[in-house]
Amino acid sequence: MTRTAFDQQLEFIQQEMLALAMQVERAVERSMTALTEGDMALAHQVIEDDAKVNEKRYEIEEKCLELIARQQPLAIDLRTIASVLHIAVDLERMGDHAEGIARVALMMKDEPPLMSYAGVQRMAEIARRMMLSSLEAFKDRDTARARSICDEDDQVDALYDEVYHELLVLMTEDPKKIERATHLTWVAHNLERIADRVTNICERTVYLVEGKIEELNVSKY
Amino acid sequence: MARLDLETVATRTRDQELQEGDRAATKMSTSGGLRPATEPSPGISFGEPLFVLRDLSFWYGNKPALADVTMAFPVNRVTALIGPSGCGKSTLLRCLNRMNELIPGVRLTGEVTYHSQDIYASDIDPVEVRRRIGMVFQKPNPFPKSIYDNVAFGARVNGYRGDMDELVERSLKQAALFDEVKDDLRKSGLALSGGQQQRLCIARALAVGPDVILMDEPCSALDPFATLKIEDLIRELVEDFTIIIVTHNMQQAARVSDFTAFMLAGEDGAGRLIEYGPTEKVFTNPEEQRTEDYITGRFG
Repeated sequence: MTRTAFDQQLEFIQQEMLALAMQVERAVERSMTALTEGDMALAHQVIEDDAKVNEKRYEIEEKCLELIARQQPLAIDLRTIASVLHIAVDLERMGDHAEGIARVALMMKDEPPLMSYAGVQRMAEIARRMMLSSLEAFKDRDTARARSICDEDDQVDALYDEVYHELLVLMTEDPKKIERATHLTWVAHNLERIADRVTNICERTVYLVEGKIEELNVSKY
Repeated sequence: MARLDLETVATRTRDQELQEGDRAATKMSTSGGLRPATEPSPGISFGEPLFVLRDLSFWYGNKPALADVTMAFPVNRVTALIGPSGCGKSTLLRCLNRMNELIPGVRLTGEVTYHSQDIYASDIDPVEVRRRIGMVFQKPNPFPKSIYDNVAFGARVNGYRGDMDELVERSLKQAALFDEVKDDLRKSGLALSGGQQQRLCIARALAVGPDVILMDEPCSALDPFATLKIEDLIRELVEDFTIIIVTHNMQQAARVSDFTAFMLAGEDGAGRLIEYGPTEKVFTNPEEQRTEDYITGRFG
C-alpha cells in the first residue's frame, strides 16, 4: 500500500524548506557584502527580502499543521514534519540575523571601516558552509555528517572570541570608537548565532533518522 | 475446582509494583523478553506483570492463528494490540480469558499465567477465569432486559449476597453511565444509544468484580463522540483495572494505551508479536520497519 498524495505533500514541505534555506543563505551572503563593501542598496534589499523569508516560514508552518490535522502522521512521517517545522523556525531566525547585519551596514554607512573585516568574513564563510552542509545532511539523511558539522561551530565560537577581543581593545584605546565597535560586535554575535542555529538543524536530522532528541554541540555562547 | 488465589496480589502496593517494574524494565533485552524491548518513558513504568504468556501458539482446527507469542501484560495499564486483520490480535485477547475454548476444534500450546497461575491448568474453572477477566465486544450486546437487570445479571448468577442496588449504582457510576440513566433504571438496555449500550456492557462486566477488562474493538460501532467518551472512561478505569484493548484504529491506540503491541501474520497465517513497547515510542519511533510500514499506512 502506498500513500502517494501524502508522500508528495511530505516531499513538498521539504522542498519548500530547502527553498527557504536558499533564501536565507543568500541573505547572509548579501548582508556581509553590504557591510564590507558599503553597499547600501543591497542592505535595503536584504531588509526588504526578510519579509519574504518570514512569509515562506509561515507558509511551511501552515502546510505542516495542515498535514498533521488531515493525515494524522505517525513515526517517520511525524518526525519528518516535526523536523521541518523546527528547521523552518531556525531558518527564519537566521534570516533575522542576516537582516540585523544589513541594519548595521546601514548604521555604519558614513563611517570609515574601523578594522579589517577578515574575522567576521571568515565567520560568515564558515557559517554559510555549515548551513549548506547541514541541509545536504538533512536531504541525504546523513547523521554522521550532521554530527561532524556541529564540531565546526567551535571554529565560529573561537573566531567570535578573537573579533570580540579585538573590538574591546579598540574601545578601550579610543572611546570615540565605542559606538562603531559595538555595532561590529552585533555583527559577530549575529554570525555566531547563525552557526549555532545550524547545529539545531543537525540535531533535527539526527532526530528525523534516529528518533532521538540530543544536543549535538553545546555552544560556548 | 480451584479458585484463583488473588490474596498475594491484593496486598501489593502500587509503589512496589512500580519499583519492581522499573528494575525489571532495565534488565530487558530485545529478544525473548516478556516486557517491551525499550524502556518506558519517565512518566509510565511497566509495573507488575498481570498476565505472562510463554510460547503461546493457537490453532483453529489445522489453521495456525498464533505462533510462539511471549509477552507480559502489566497491571493497571492500558495495553493496545494492533495489527492488520488476521494478525491474531483478537485470538490472543480471547486466549486471556479462555474465551476461545467455546469454539470447537481449537488447540493451544504454551502457557498463559494470570496472577502467576496457569489459567489453562486442569483444576482451574474457566467460568471463574471469565468472571475475573471481563470482556467487552465490538458490538454492544446488552440483554433484552432493563438497565438494572443487565448490570445485576452476572452478580445474581454468582449468588451475590451484598446490596444489589448499591452494586448496580456503583457499576454504572464506574462505567460513567449512571447520571444518564439514574431516573429510569427499569428502561430496557436496548433503548439506549450505541455508546450508552457499550457503557452498559462495561458496567455489566464490572459488576461481577473482575480486575481485568478485555476490549475487542469496543468503539468500532460507535460514532466519534461516543468513542471519545469510551476512551475517557478507559483512562478512568485503568486506575482500578487492567485493560487490554484490540483496536484497528491506530489513533485510538495512540490516545488511550500506555503500551502497544504490534502483531503480524506470517506466511503460515499465524500471528506473531513483532514489536512491543511504550506507546509513544511505538508511534513516534518504532524499532521495526514492519511496524513503521503498518502505522504509517505503507503496509503490504
